[in-house]
Amino acid sequence: MTIALFVFYVFALVTTASAVMVIAARNPVHSVLFLILAFVSSAGLFVLLGAEFLAMVLVVVYVGAVAVLFLFVVMMLDIDFVQLREGFLQYLPVGALVGLVLLVELALVFGTQAVETAAVDMPPTAPPGVTNTEALGSLLYTRYFYLFQTAGAILLVAIVGAITLTLRHRPDAKRQDISRQVHRRPSDTLEVRKVRPRSGI
Amino acid sequence: MQQSYLFEYLPILVFLGIALGLAVAILLASWLIAPQHPEREKLSAYECGFEPFDDARGRFDVRFYLVAILFIIFDLEVAFLFPWAVALGDIGVFGFWSMMLFLAVLTVGFAYEWKKGALEWE
Repeated sequence: MTIALFVFYVFALVTTASAVMVIAARNPVHSVLFLILAFVSSAGLFVLLGAEFLAMVLVVVYVGAVAVLFLFVVMMLDIDFVQLREGFLQYLPVGALVGLVLLVELALVFGTQAVETAAVDMPPTAPPGVTNTEALGSLLYTRYFYLFQTAGAILLVAIVGAITLTLRHRPDAKRQDISRQVHRRPSDTLEVRKVRPRSGI
Repeated sequence: MQQSYLFEYLPILVFLGIALGLAVAILLASWLIAPQHPEREKLSAYECGFEPFDDARGRFDVRFYLVAILFIIFDLEVAFLFPWAVALGDIGVFGFWSMMLFLAVLTVGFAYEWKKGALEWE
C-alpha cells in the first residue's frame, strides 16, 4: 500500500499545483493545458479511490472534449491581453466582493458542521465482486430515475441552445442537393438551335 | 480485493513513468545537443515583412464550436450507455425503459439538429 500512498500524494500534488497554475498562468492557452493536466491527475485519484468508471469518463469527456472546447473558446476570443490588464484596478473592488461572499459561504458550510465528516472520510465501497461500473449502473437508471431523465433534458436543452446560438446559414453558399442533381435531365438545360450564317441567335 | 484491483493498474503507472521519462529525455537531449546560436537577425522580419514568430491564436469560424459541442453531448449520451449495458441484467424492465426514454429525448434533439441543417458543412 505504500506505493498507492506515494502515487496518491504525487497525483494530489500535481492536481493542486496545476489547478493553481490554471488561474496563475499569463497565457490562457497554457491555463487550458494545465486544466487538462488537472483533469488527468484527478482521474488518477479516482482510480485510487476505486471509481474506475468515473476516472475513464473524466478522461474521455473532460480531457477529450471539454478541453478541446475550452481551447476553441480561447482561440475564438480575440482578446488583447495588455488592454485587458489595464482595467485590473477598476474591477478589483467587484472581484474582491465576489471573493469575499464565496469565502463567507464556504465558512458557513464548514462552520455549521453541515457536512457529515463520517460520510466524507469513508469512500463508498461496492460489495466485493461487484465492479464500479456495475454498481453505478444498478443505481443510476432505477433509483435515480428522475435525475437521470433530468440529465437527458439538460442535454436536449444544450443541443437546442447551441444550435440557436451558433448556427448561421449563409445564403450565398452553394449547397449540394443530391435529389435535384439526380433528377436533372439534359432536356431541361440543353437545347439545340439552328444558327443561320451571319445572324445571331 | 482492493490490493489486487490496484495491482491491475500497475502497468498503466509504469507506462506513465516511461512516458514522463521519455518526454524529459527528448526535451533535455534537444536542449543539450542541438547547436544554439541566438542572433537578433533571426527574430527580425524577413522578405516582405513577415514576422518569423507570431501569435498562434487565430480566430476560428464559430461552426467548429457547434460541431464540438454537439460531439460532447452525444459523447455524454454514449457514456451513460456503458453502465446501463453492464447492469442491464439487474435493473430489469424499468431500467431498460428508463434508458429508452432518455434516448428518445435525445433523439428529439438529434432530429431537430438534422432538420435545422446543423450537421451540414455547406
